[in-house]
Amino acid sequence: MPIISVRDVVVEYDGRRVLDGLNLDIEPGQITVLLGGSGSGKSTLLRQILGLERPKSGSISIQGTDITRCTQADLKKVRRSIGVAFQSAALFNSLSLQENVALTLREHTALAPSIIDLIVWMKLAVVGLAEFGKLHPQELSGGMKKRAAVARALAMDPEILVLDEPSAGLDPIVAAELDELIVFLKETFQITALVVTHELQSAFRIADRIAMLFNGKLLAVGSKEEIRANVHPRVQQFLNRVPDSPVHTPALASYLGQYVQMQEVNHDH
Amino acid sequence: MPNLLEIAGRETLSQLDYVGSLNLQLWSTLRGMRAALPLVGNRHRWRAAVQQMLDIGVDALPMVALLAMCSGFILAMQGASELRRFGALHFVIDLVAVGFTRELGPLLTAIAVSGRSGSAFAAEIGTMKVTEEIDALKVMAFEPVEFLLAPKYLAALVAVPCLSIAANFFGILAGGFFMFFSTHLGLLLYFRYVLSSIVLRDVLAGLLKSLAFATIIAHVGCLEGLRVRGGPDAVGRSTTSAVVRSTFMVIVADAVFTAIFYFMGRT
Repeated sequence: MPIISVRDVVVEYDGRRVLDGLNLDIEPGQITVLLGGSGSGKSTLLRQILGLERPKSGSISIQGTDITRCTQADLKKVRRSIGVAFQSAALFNSLSLQENVALTLREHTALAPSIIDLIVWMKLAVVGLAEFGKLHPQELSGGMKKRAAVARALAMDPEILVLDEPSAGLDPIVAAELDELIVFLKETFQITALVVTHELQSAFRIADRIAMLFNGKLLAVGSKEEIRANVHPRVQQFLNRVPDSPVHTPALASYLGQYVQMQEVNHDH
Repeated sequence: MPNLLEIAGRETLSQLDYVGSLNLQLWSTLRGMRAALPLVGNRHRWRAAVQQMLDIGVDALPMVALLAMCSGFILAMQGASELRRFGALHFVIDLVAVGFTRELGPLLTAIAVSGRSGSAFAAEIGTMKVTEEIDALKVMAFEPVEFLLAPKYLAALVAVPCLSIAANFFGILAGGFFMFFSTHLGLLLYFRYVLSSIVLRDVLAGLLKSLAFATIIAHVGCLEGLRVRGGPDAVGRSTTSAVVRSTFMVIVADAVFTAIFYFMGRT
């Protein structure tokens, strides 16, 4: 039974359809990668799954609770089983790293402070930041911030880990380290991970399943091998990094025509 | 090009939207405020509220005191220059005492707090919005209204009236200094005159105003922060807007309160 089930989800912003009847199942204990280009709807889908926005129609069930129709109290319950690391890390700048990780434990559990401290250091150690717990987010590098965000996401031992563009903006070595960390978490804690990325190398390194989005629709879903073998031209274009040739777009051709005409008029004068 | 009617319609809708947002936020914050109260609420929220009280109140005290003293001195000097001509210099004491307790103390405090803390609320919440920290709070199963707004509201409701009382004291003290230098009236005697010229109703009216101003400042600052869309430039705009709107609303509210008290006093 899927741990997350997205059914016929439609999302519109100002009449523009961003997700168009999307269906997707996320299986437990697997790393599912949402792959797609910019504007394909990946982040929008993620926001729906996290309950930050409600779709125009359709349903999203997480562990059997339809979060598009449930009460705020039920949504909170569901959210406590999800750990999220945002693209920008979204660490609280006024708190140290240790306090960032401790926040949910301090607020949502009745654990003794000494136990919370121990858990926090364990989580920081998992992501390799045990020595940096006293630092504030602004004192960390981009890669360290992302790892800190993962540590915070792991604080409550979530069943689902959601990572938005974990390796975006990082150098290849740090990106590879993060990928290894995600695989390590899945293998060690049997965690279900949903990773949003547009980076092919990273996606194929970590994924058990890949779901590929294009223009708000699910283009393909399957294992790495199934995706590689998919014959859909857009899938192949994305995998082979073939650009949409910009000079062939009608708008640019029209502007170029106008520009040439203006140059000729100027030249005549 | 849009005509005048379209522009007026759009502006009206936009302002109605703003007022609607203010109302929604007010009710949700009042509901969440219990969490910030001591003993019955969440101790982390109460601790955050105390920290905010120190930021809004204690840190602003030197500025408010200086502002009130300058204004008290100006008011006394301007009043004296006119009243002296009628041989009524002693009425300067009434002018300063009543003027500050009823009007200037709460108003000056509100303007200072709006510039310091209203803008800080908008900048803090706006930055959190831009950097996805508000979303992070939501997905961590926190209620941003309870987590961020309620401690600020509570702190403003406590700190602004306290600052107003301090502003009253420093403004009246400045009037005392003026009277000492111009008429050699002793400070003790001056304060005795002050106490005889103000009544409890003046003090309560001033405190009531400062409570309303505190609500406006916290309310507008937080709403401007939550309405931030886009990048860092939007945070700057929201900060400016928070100060401009809250100062404007404070002055309008002051005019309304003064009119109400004036007509209540007359009947």
